[in-house]
Amino acid sequence: MLTKHVWSRLVALAALLASGAAAAATYDPGQVWNMPVGVTELSREVFKLHMVIFWVCVVIAIVVFGAMFYSVFAHRRSRHPKPADFHESTSIEILWTVIPFAILVVMAIPAAGTLIRMEDMRGAELSIKVTGFQWKWQYEYVDKGVSFYSTLHADSNHARQLHSGIDPNTIPNYLLEVDNRLVVPTGTKVRFLITANDVIHAWWVPDLAVKKDAIPGYVNEMWATVDEPGIYRGVCAELCGRDHGFMPIVVEAVDPPAFEQWLADRKSGKATAIGHGPAPVLVASAGASAAAPSPQPAAPATEVAAAPAPATPAAAADGGKVYNAQCAACHQPGGQGMPPSFPALVGSKVVNGPAEAHIQHTLKGKNLMPPFAHLSDADIAAALTYERTSWGHKAGAVTAEQVKAQRGK
Amino acid sequence: MASHATPDTSKYYVPDPSYYPFALTFGLALIVISVWGLLEQKNTTWTVYAGVPVALWIIYRWFRKVSHESEGGFYGAQVDRTFRWGMTFFIFSEVMFFGAFFGALFYARQLSVPWLGGEGAKLSTNLFLWPGFEAHWPTNGPAGIGGDFNTIPEWGIPFLNTVLLVTSSFTVTWAHHALKESKRTACLAWMVVTVLLGATFLYFQAYEYHEAYTDPSVNLTLGSGIYGSTFFMLTGFHGMHVTLGTLMLIIITLRLAFGHFKPEQHFGFEGVAWYWHFVDVVWIGLFTFVYVL
Amino acid sequence: MAHHDQSHAAHDDHAHHGPVQLSDGFGKWIMRWITTTNHKDLGTLYLLLSCTMFLVGGLMSLVIRAELWMPGLQFVDPEFFNQMTTLHALVMIFGGVMPGFVGLANWMVPMQVGASDLALPRVNNWGFWILPFAFSMLLSGLFMDSGAPAGGWTMYPPLVLQTGSSFPMLIFAIHLMGISSITGAINVIVTILNMRAPGMTLLKLPLFCWTWLVTAYLLIATMPVLAGAVTMLLTDKYFGTSFFSAAGGGDPVMFQHIFWFFGHPEVYILILPAFGVVSTIIPTFARKALFGYDSMVYAVASIAFLSFIVWAHHMFTVGMPLAGELFFMFATMLIAVPTGVKVFNWIATMWRGSLTFETPMLFAVAFVFLFTIGGFSGLMLAIAPADFQYHDTYFVVAHFHYVLVPGAVFAIIAAVYYWIPKWTGVMYNETLGKAHFWLSAIFINVLFFPQHFIGLAGMQRRVPDYALAFADINALSSIGAFGFFVAQFLMLYNFARCVWFRNGMQPATQRVWEGAHGLEWTVPSPAPYHTFETPPQIDEGELTSVHDEFDALDHHRINK
Ligand code: HEA
Ligand code: HEA
Ligand code: CUA
Ligand SMILES: [Cu+2]
Repeated sequence: MLTKHVWSRLVALAALLASGAAAAATYDPGQVWNMPVGVTELSREVFKLHMVIFWVCVVIAIVVFGAMFYSVFAHRRSRHPKPADFHESTSIEILWTVIPFAILVVMAIPAAGTLIRMEDMRGAELSIKVTGFQWKWQYEYVDKGVSFYSTLHADSNHARQLHSGIDPNTIPNYLLEVDNRLVVPTGTKVRFLITANDVIHAWWVPDLAVKKDAIPGYVNEMWATVDEPGIYRGVCAELCGRDHGFMPIVVEAVDPPAFEQWLADRKSGKATAIGHGPAPVLVASAGASAAAPSPQPAAPATEVAAAPAPATPAAAADGGKVYNAQCAACHQPGGQGMPPSFPALVGSKVVNGPAEAHIQHTLKGKNLMPPFAHLSDADIAAALTYERTSWGHKAGAVTAEQVKAQRGK
Repeated sequence: MASHATPDTSKYYVPDPSYYPFALTFGLALIVISVWGLLEQKNTTWTVYAGVPVALWIIYRWFRKVSHESEGGFYGAQVDRTFRWGMTFFIFSEVMFFGAFFGALFYARQLSVPWLGGEGAKLSTNLFLWPGFEAHWPTNGPAGIGGDFNTIPEWGIPFLNTVLLVTSSFTVTWAHHALKESKRTACLAWMVVTVLLGATFLYFQAYEYHEAYTDPSVNLTLGSGIYGSTFFMLTGFHGMHVTLGTLMLIIITLRLAFGHFKPEQHFGFEGVAWYWHFVDVVWIGLFTFVYVL
Repeated sequence: MAHHDQSHAAHDDHAHHGPVQLSDGFGKWIMRWITTTNHKDLGTLYLLLSCTMFLVGGLMSLVIRAELWMPGLQFVDPEFFNQMTTLHALVMIFGGVMPGFVGLANWMVPMQVGASDLALPRVNNWGFWILPFAFSMLLSGLFMDSGAPAGGWTMYPPLVLQTGSSFPMLIFAIHLMGISSITGAINVIVTILNMRAPGMTLLKLPLFCWTWLVTAYLLIATMPVLAGAVTMLLTDKYFGTSFFSAAGGGDPVMFQHIFWFFGHPEVYILILPAFGVVSTIIPTFARKALFGYDSMVYAVASIAFLSFIVWAHHMFTVGMPLAGELFFMFATMLIAVPTGVKVFNWIATMWRGSLTFETPMLFAVAFVFLFTIGGFSGLMLAIAPADFQYHDTYFVVAHFHYVLVPGAVFAIIAAVYYWIPKWTGVMYNETLGKAHFWLSAIFINVLFFPQHFIGLAGMQRRVPDYALAFADINALSSIGAFGFFVAQFLMLYNFARCVWFRNGMQPATQRVWEGAHGLEWTVPSPAPYHTFETPPQIDEGELTSVHDEFDALDHHRINK
């Protein structure tokens, strides 16, 4: 299976190398060869700056390398047997000090302008607190009473396990999809208050030209005004440990009324929706091009509103689902873990021991394991029950009441 | 051959092959393995019993060798200049080492603590994460790490220590002058005074640490937030340098007693004196920025 | 005393009979290398260590590239991947490039300034022998249950504090490497300042010595700062300090400031000696004096100065105050000016010369070309608002590999081709050399050029897996990596022949290259075990600086 893949890849590459056109045919070139232009005023400015400095470098390169290769060609010994003997010229040396300096000054001015505009946080209409965790994001709509976690979508999560046997090519938006998307209103200056809980992360959405480090104990601010409704994908951009590559960001921009509606729905469904929920309905339709915004127009409000998980106990009680979404990244779907950093649950003393200790371990975390207190009592109970009854374990079920009793202890 | 003739100092002295550097590194590696065992609860701590003797023995041999080479007249004027340059740059590197910790102190005082208190562009940091925390110094941070503590009154022991170290810088200089004027007894006497001043400084420093840790009304430890961290890191590394400096002072005092060093050539002595002045200057920086301000 | 005198007598024997050979007995031969105080022996040891570490670091990069060959995880667990990335960088930088340049300095600085050895030979031996111990410690984590350090070579807390049992070893290894670098740097500075032959004024110093002099200053000023930074990591982890924890009043970002105060000068430590090598090789094969010697010296000094005030360009996204971001952006952009001067001077040196393209020259010209490309991407990164998009992507990875591999590593390779005939007394095989060059030059671009694109398109660094859109370009890059690595064995074979299998090889002449100047070319090839025990008389024609109205080349012809 694997080797077959390698070969098909090689063949594909040979094709790619053979004709540059092959590349253009496969994907939207703008999305794989260059920075996205993005959907905010600032992202367009940044893109422009990027292209200007790029072309400045290209022009200088043509001049400099042109001279060099001309010399390589024309001043070879076979063509130019007697070397000249000059070795300094003050005027030309001054010239090539001053000209680059002037170019840099000209570059620096617009760059400074853009930077100053980016750092201007005034007039934000909505604040969202973004907290990085190992390895998920928490979004809190400040003063709106809505907050939830956002983790890698289960499909990607299964496929990305070592030797998963699942071909990533079959997963839509592989590694770029989450369970709960961040929803923002268009045309609104949204301020992001970025921080972290454990180690440093960085919240990056290329289409918004926002990248800010999430520093534990400090809050960094950044803002964006999204012009176009759509789905914008990003990633954690600061090494944060084992699953740094697996904590994507998906921002869904919808028009303000749709946003208000979504917010209201989210709020009413809050009790159980926080934590995890089935993937939003939009997932599958989000288009195949990875970094690209969704080609479809923004989702109508009703469709988005369908996203929150229904508050039925049945959904919460599906321990296997919770386990696979929350625990399997480290402890593996089969519970074998990845010793030594991530211990096996199969036969584990904690899992087969008293329920209280098991719950405490889950709520508080230990060593590399982060706390999971943000999950609902029912979810934790379900996941622990799953652990305690799977893989031949007979430790017995855990109830939501037991979890509740352990909180705050 | 060389053993009978006076060494030819017109040629730069290139020492013979030597196993000291390798053996010294070996000793150090054993010590590191032991410290690793200590920190990580591994059963390798015993290697210190092999590492320390090896390292000390080699250091002793190496010093002895250098002093014999020096007294044997192998070091010409050019070698002497090498030592001067070498020592200068070594001290410069030490200055930069302290620079890192001073940098941490200034950063904490000027930037991170005010930020946590909501100054500058970090208002949200205070509002969302550390509500109610007001920037002040000394501090153990918004979470009050290590519990309430008090600082050491600067005009007590720290001031006394300042006086001791500054005085010792003078006494070592007087010793140097005496050496240059061939007044060996005076030189030796000033050296003994310098060593005693250094040792007294260390005694008081140790006493201060003891108080800080054991007196519940002080309760200042390495774990007392950023204040305790910078305080003990700076004074601690300084104290280690004073210890090293005092040991080197003792060594050259002994060498003086054995009749080493000539009035016109005695870099071994001067190098130690430079180091001692460096330690003194660092202390003045410490006294100013850690204790007084 | 008696012991001392005997050993001194032994030293005289060395001078007369040369060093111990393997044929004198294996034990004796091993002891020669362990105890040697000879700058040429130590230079050789440094270069062998560097070569070994390049291969180790190269193998780690192959693990990285193999895993990145296609989407999904095929070979390694993400944690191990991060260990590879971390160790790859530390091994390449501290084990490959730095000892490589120290080895070259060991061999060449005394010979170029006309000194009998480095100033402090025993300390020099110590500086070398620390390194094998330090790297054993660094790599020991691979054999521990909790694995090797995996927090990136930048070791940012709090992540790095999650390292398992290998953490203290990481810290102590860095302390030891710091000691080694400082002893090496002191040796180079003192040798250059104190042991130049009469007539070798500072502004007549070969440029390799100049760049190394400045590099040594950078080392002495920054390695202790790194030592301090990692010491604070150690106490934060084991002794309850709060330097990098907000709860206690510290700041994780403080570590980054201290680290990059070291780290940025460090990248110039990796490139300045390379500038020196290229400034030596280009005039030789252009048969023309180096253009703008003085401005070269001033440019190196300016780069070194500026390198201390640009560090936070690695930290544009940490949330610095605006004023800081502006300052660091402007200061960083300024570095393009002195670096440009150097590039222009090299081209002006080639201009209307009489160029031939032996292997060292090929690598030197490729250096100018490819390093400049890396410099351009550096300049793009310096534009802070754009860096918000570039930061921590493969665009950065492409940038620094362009300056590090076809930059620093090509320079080391060029230098070894250039001087190995002087060291061994035989000529390497030119055809093999040229083949090695072309394969390297092609594969290095296949390897790193495409990384610019995936970086811009959004692929972040330090990940073992990626979105599907990046698949083809990553595969291309991996092909380049394997090709480049394999091509290096042509070089190793070529050099191994010069050193060990020299039967029937063409002996090298004293000057080796007809356009070469400098004191090293006035001694026989191979260079005797001891050179310049008494300071040489300097012939003005050997001074590559050529301040005086002097046609270096013609003079050299008269000399023949
Ligand atoms: C040998 C090592 C080396 C060298 C020489 C350089 C040289 C430069 N580097 Fe690079 N850099 C690294 C090694 C190096 N760098 C490494 C290892 C990292 C990543 C570390 C990590 O995060 O792991 C890094 C990262 C890095 C960043 C941070 C990126 C990020 O993380 O977001 C930045 C940002 O400003 C930067 C800028 C520069 C600049 C402006 C130069 C300049 O010195 C370049 C100057 C040269 C030229 C510009 C070309 C020649 C000039 C001319 C022909 C003149 C005319 C030109 C103009 C006027 C445009 N570098
Ligand atoms: C000098 C430094 C150096 C060198 C040479 C290299 C060489 C290579 N590097 Fe890398 N690399 C870094 C420094 C270096 N690198 C750094 C600092 C990072 C960042 C780490 C981090 O994020 O923390 C990094 C990260 C890095 C990544 C990103 C990993 C990630 O983000 O997860 C990748 C991926 O492709 C990569 C690949 C390679 C490859 C294929 C080579 C190949 O070029 C290797 C091929 C082999 C050689 C170059 C050896 C050839 C030389 C000889 C055989 C010896 C000659 C010697 C004498 C004659 C004395 N490197
Ligand atoms: Cu979170 Cu990387
Ligand atoms: Cu830099």
